[in-house]
Amino acid sequence: MGSNMAEAHPVGFQWVMEAKTRGATVLHIDPRFTRTSALADKHVPLRAGSDIAFLGGVINHILSNDLDFREYVQAYTNASFLVSEEFVDTEDLDGLFSGYDPDTSTYDTSTWQYENGFPEDSVEGDRHREQSAGEQHGSGGPKLESGTGIATDETLQHPRCVFQILKRHFSRYTPEMVERICGVSRDDFLEVCRAWTSASGREHTAALVYSVGWTQHSMGAQYIRAGAIIQLLLGNIGRPGGGVLALRGHASIQGSTDIPTLYNLLPGYLPMPDARHAGKADYVESIRGTHQKGYWHNADDYLVSLLKEYWGEAASEENDYRFDYLPRIDGDHGTYRTVMDMIDGKVFGYFLLGQNPAVGSAHGRLQRLGMANLDWLVVRDLTMIESAEFWRNAPEIETGEIVAEQCRTEVFFFPAASHVEKEGTFTQTQRMLQWRDRAVEPRGDQRSELWFIYHLGRLLRRKLARSTDDRDRPLQDLAWDYRTEGDGDFPEPSADDVLRRINGVDLTTGELLDSYLQLRSDGTTAAGCWIYSGVYAGGVNRARNRTARTEQDETALEWGWAWPANRRVLYNRASADPQGRPWSERKKLVWWDAERGEWTGHDVPDFPKTTPPGFEPEYGEAGPGALAGDDPFIMQADGKAWLFAPSGVVDGPLPTHYEPHESPMPNLLYGQQGSPARKVYSRADNPSNPAPPESGGEVFPFVFTAARLTEHHTAGGMSRQLAYLSELQPALFVEVSPQLAAERGLTNLDWAHVVTSRAAVDARVLVTERMRPLRLDGRVVHQVWMPYHWGPSGKVDGDIVNDLLGVVLDPNTLIQESKVATCDIRPGRRPRGRELLEYLAEYRRRAGVTVATGSHVLTADTAGSDAAAPGMTVSDATVSDRPAPDTTAPDTTDREEDA
Amino acid sequence: MGVSDWIRSWPVYRQLTGADRLGRGDAAASPQSRERQPRTADADRVAASVCPYCAVGCAQNVYVGSDAAGERVLQIEGNPDSPVSRGRLCPKGSASKQLVTGDHREDRVLYRPAYGTEWQELDLPTAMDMLADRVLDARRKGWQETDAHGNPLRRTQGIASLGGATLDNEENYLIKKLFTALGAVQIENQARI
Repeated sequence: MGSNMAEAHPVGFQWVMEAKTRGATVLHIDPRFTRTSALADKHVPLRAGSDIAFLGGVINHILSNDLDFREYVQAYTNASFLVSEEFVDTEDLDGLFSGYDPDTSTYDTSTWQYENGFPEDSVEGDRHREQSAGEQHGSGGPKLESGTGIATDETLQHPRCVFQILKRHFSRYTPEMVERICGVSRDDFLEVCRAWTSASGREHTAALVYSVGWTQHSMGAQYIRAGAIIQLLLGNIGRPGGGVLALRGHASIQGSTDIPTLYNLLPGYLPMPDARHAGKADYVESIRGTHQKGYWHNADDYLVSLLKEYWGEAASEENDYRFDYLPRIDGDHGTYRTVMDMIDGKVFGYFLLGQNPAVGSAHGRLQRLGMANLDWLVVRDLTMIESAEFWRNAPEIETGEIVAEQCRTEVFFFPAASHVEKEGTFTQTQRMLQWRDRAVEPRGDQRSELWFIYHLGRLLRRKLARSTDDRDRPLQDLAWDYRTEGDGDFPEPSADDVLRRINGVDLTTGELLDSYLQLRSDGTTAAGCWIYSGVYAGGVNRARNRTARTEQDETALEWGWAWPANRRVLYNRASADPQGRPWSERKKLVWWDAERGEWTGHDVPDFPKTTPPGFEPEYGEAGPGALAGDDPFIMQADGKAWLFAPSGVVDGPLPTHYEPHESPMPNLLYGQQGSPARKVYSRADNPSNPAPPESGGEVFPFVFTAARLTEHHTAGGMSRQLAYLSELQPALFVEVSPQLAAERGLTNLDWAHVVTSRAAVDARVLVTERMRPLRLDGRVVHQVWMPYHWGPSGKVDGDIVNDLLGVVLDPNTLIQESKVATCDIRPGRRPRGRELLEYLAEYRRRAGVTVATGSHVLTADTAGSDAAAPGMTVSDATVSDRPAPDTTAPDTTDREEDA
Repeated sequence: MGVSDWIRSWPVYRQLTGADRLGRGDAAASPQSRERQPRTADADRVAASVCPYCAVGCAQNVYVGSDAAGERVLQIEGNPDSPVSRGRLCPKGSASKQLVTGDHREDRVLYRPAYGTEWQELDLPTAMDMLADRVLDARRKGWQETDAHGNPLRRTQGIASLGGATLDNEENYLIKKLFTALGAVQIENQARI
C-alpha cells in the first residue's frame, strides 16, 4: 500500500515476484493502477488519503471475527495492559482523544498512560509537536517511567485493556464504511481481508510494504501505525516473511536519519537538547525512564560516547562532557518553517548539499522566494540545478516576482564528486551499510562533501583560533583531527577514519569497539553513532563485506553490515514462541538452545544472548536486565509491541481516520474533519483549498496525487540531464480517467493545466483507465495523478508539479502532506506572466480562500467548547500574491491569521 | 567460398540447423561481431560500488580504464554477487555511467554576486575563504544566547542547511558535527521531505 514498488524500486520488486512464483498472493492497494498492480494477483483502487479507514476496517474484521494470532498477541504485545481511567477515546469525543488543547491544537498525552505505571511527567504536546518528537524514537522507543509493574488482564476481557479499547475504537470501521469512504466495494475489501488474515499463525506470515504514499500525509505516521497494528495482530513482526517494510527513496536516506542531518536529532536518534534541559543528567532523565526496560535505558552511555567523539580531551566528567556546548532547540526548526523564516528575513545563509528544493520540496514558489531573500546561498551538486539558478530561471522571473537585478542573494556553486569518485558508506532501506570504493578521482574543482565540510571547518577554526568569545569554544575544542590523504593545503579527509570514529574506540586501549554494549558513560569510550558500533568490529570494515550470495545462506550476514549488531530482522526473538521454539519449522529464524543456554539461529538474535525464555525480572528492575524472556521488543520501555501507544505519538494513541487537509469529502466517521493535531501554517503565501465544512471546495473538486516514474529521480537533478533517461520519459503528463476527460473536455496528448490555490501547471494529457472514478457515499469522485520530476533546467523540461502543493505537516515528523490535495483541471495551457497571478487570484476568490481557510483544525462537536465552529464567518481579505509581511514573533504559534 | 559454405554462412541457415534456434547467440554472429568485445574487457580494475539512486542498494561494479587523460570510468554494471540485487539494475542504475561521465557535470566553482545576471568563475580556495567569512557573519547576525526565560540556547538561527539523501554517512556525520559546534540548528535533510 502507498507504494508502486515495481516502478519506484524495480530491482527490489524481483523478490516480490520470487515470492509470487513460490505461491505468495500479492495484493496491491493503491489509488492508481500501475505496473505493480499489473503484476499483482489483485489491485484494489482506493481514494488517496483514505488508507486508515481501509486499514481500520481490516483491524475491525480481525477483531470481530477472532482472527488474531492470539498466542503471539497475548505474549508479545501490550494487548493485555490496562490503560488509565482518565483515557477517553474518539468514540466519545466525536473524533478527538482526551487531552486535546484547542488553543495549540496539540495533545497533552498524560491521560493515555498505562494504569499502575509510574506517573509520567506532565507532557506538553505543544513542545513535542514543534520538535517532531514522534520521529525521535528511531532506535529507542518512547519513554515510560517503568517497564515492570503495569496492570494487566491476561484474559483480554477488562474494558480498559488495550485489546478491548482497540475493539471499541475500530468497531465503526465496517465494510460499509470502507466502501463509502474509500470507494472500495465490500467484495474487494473482504477479499483483501481473507487473503491478509490467512497469512497469519504459526505456519504463515505476510509482509507489508509501504513507501512515501503513506509517509507524506498529515497523519502519515498513523498510517504506518495502522499497518503495524494489523501485522502485530496477525503475528507478522520479527518473523521471516513478515514485517512492515518501508521502501525508502534515496541511496542513503536511512543513513541520513540514523546519522541525521535533522534539526531535532543527534546521531543514533538521541534527541537534540531542549532549552529547558538544565544539564546532561536532566536531559538523560527526560529521554528515558528510570525504571524502564531494555537497551534505551542506557542512553547515557550513548550520549557521553558521542560527546567524547565531538570534543575529545575537552570533554570530561568535571564539565559534564561539554553537554553545554550543544545548541538548544525550543520549537519547530524544520525545513518548511526555515523557508518561511527566509522569506521573513530571519535567515542569512543557506547550504544546499545535493538537494534541489526549488523543484523537490512542496510549494516550490515558497522555496524560491526564500532563496531570493538571503545574504548567500551555497549549492553543491553534480550539475547546474534549478535551486542554483532561481535568479534567472525560476517561474517567478516570468511573473516578475523575482528580478535578477533586484535579487541580493550571492550564490556559490561548488561542483560535487559523484558516488564513484569518493569512498564511504550508504545505508540502504533495510538498515544495511555498504561501503563504496573510490573508482576514479574527481576532475577540476569537483570535491566530496567530506572534503567541503572538513576544510570549511578547518578554515573556520583557523579564523577563530585566537577568539576569546565563549561562543567559539565548541568550535575551538572540536575534535577535528581526522586523517587526510594526499598533499597540499586541501588534502582529502579519510572517510575510513571517520567511519572508525563513528564505530567507536575504547579510549583506554585505543582499540576499535565491537558493539554498542561496550559503550560507557564514564568517558572511557568515544563513538559517533552508537547504533553503528560494530560496523568496524574486530578492526574490520564490515560494511565492505562482499561474500557472494552463492557462498552463504539467504540471510546473507556476510554482505555489508546492518545496524544494530548486523541483525537482519529486527525483534527476531518474536520468530520463536514464548517457550523459545520456532513457531514452525518452515518459519524458523532464531530460537533458544537450552543445551548451550543461549539464543541462536540463522540471524543474529535480537535479544540478550543468555536470557532464557522463561525469565521473569524483579519488580522495579531496569534496563536490559529487566527484559523478561518473552519481551522481544528490546528497545521498547516495556519490552512489548504497542498496539496502543501510551506515549511517543503526538496525534493519538491509536490511528483514526481523518480526512486530508484538502478533501472533497466530509469525514463520515466523526465530526472531526481533519487530523486535529496537524501542523498548519496559515500565511498569505501558503493558501489552502477549502475542505468541508468550509464552502468553496467545489472549485477544486478533484483529488490530486503524485508519484515517481522509473526513469526519473525525484527533482530530476540526477536524471533530466541524462540523455538515456530523458529520451525514455521526455515530458510531464497528467493521468485522467476517460470519464473525467469527457467531463472536462480533455483530449489525449493535448495540453491541460492543473490548478490549486497555489499554482497552475501545464502537462500533456494521458487519458487512461489506470485512473478509475470512485463512487463515494453516493457521489463520483475523480482522481488526478502526475509524476513530479520536471523543472525549467535539463535536457527535458516542464512545469514544477510540487508548486501545486501547500505546506501542511504531519505533527510527528513535520513531513508534508504531498500525496493528496484537491485541484481543478482544465484543457489547454495555463496563462503566463502576470496573467497567471490574476488567474490564480480569481480561483481563490471563487473558492472564497482566505488566510483562515484550512486553519480551523478543530471541527469536532466537543461539549462546552465552541471552538469547533468552522471558519465560515471569517472575513479576512483575499490572499494576496505577495509574501506576508513579517508578523511572526518568536515563541508564537504558526497561526498568523492577522497576516 | 563454395556454394555450401556460402549457404552455411547465412544466419538463418545456422539458426534453422544449429542449436541456437532463437537466433540470439552464435547463429546471429558475423565475422565483425565475433571480433567485438565488451568495453569492460579493457578495464584495468573493477571498483565495488553501490547505485546512488533509490534505497534498494543495488551493488555496482565500476570498470576503470586509463588513457592519456588519466583514469576513467569505462562502464558500470550490476554486481551479480549481491544478495540484494543479484546483478540487476533498473533504467536509472543502468544509466549511472552517463550520470558520472556525462557532459552535464560541472567542474568549476561558479559565483553569482548580489544583483548579478551572470555566473563568474572563482578559484576554489578563494571561494572557500569567502564562504568561511560569510558563515561567521551569518552566525553572528542570527546568534541567540538565551531564550526569554534566560535558559541557554547557544545557537544561531542565521544559517540553515538542507542536505540530499545521497550523501555518505561519513559526510552527514561531519556536517552535523561542524554545524552543531557552530551552533546552527536548522540542519535538515531530504529525510524530512
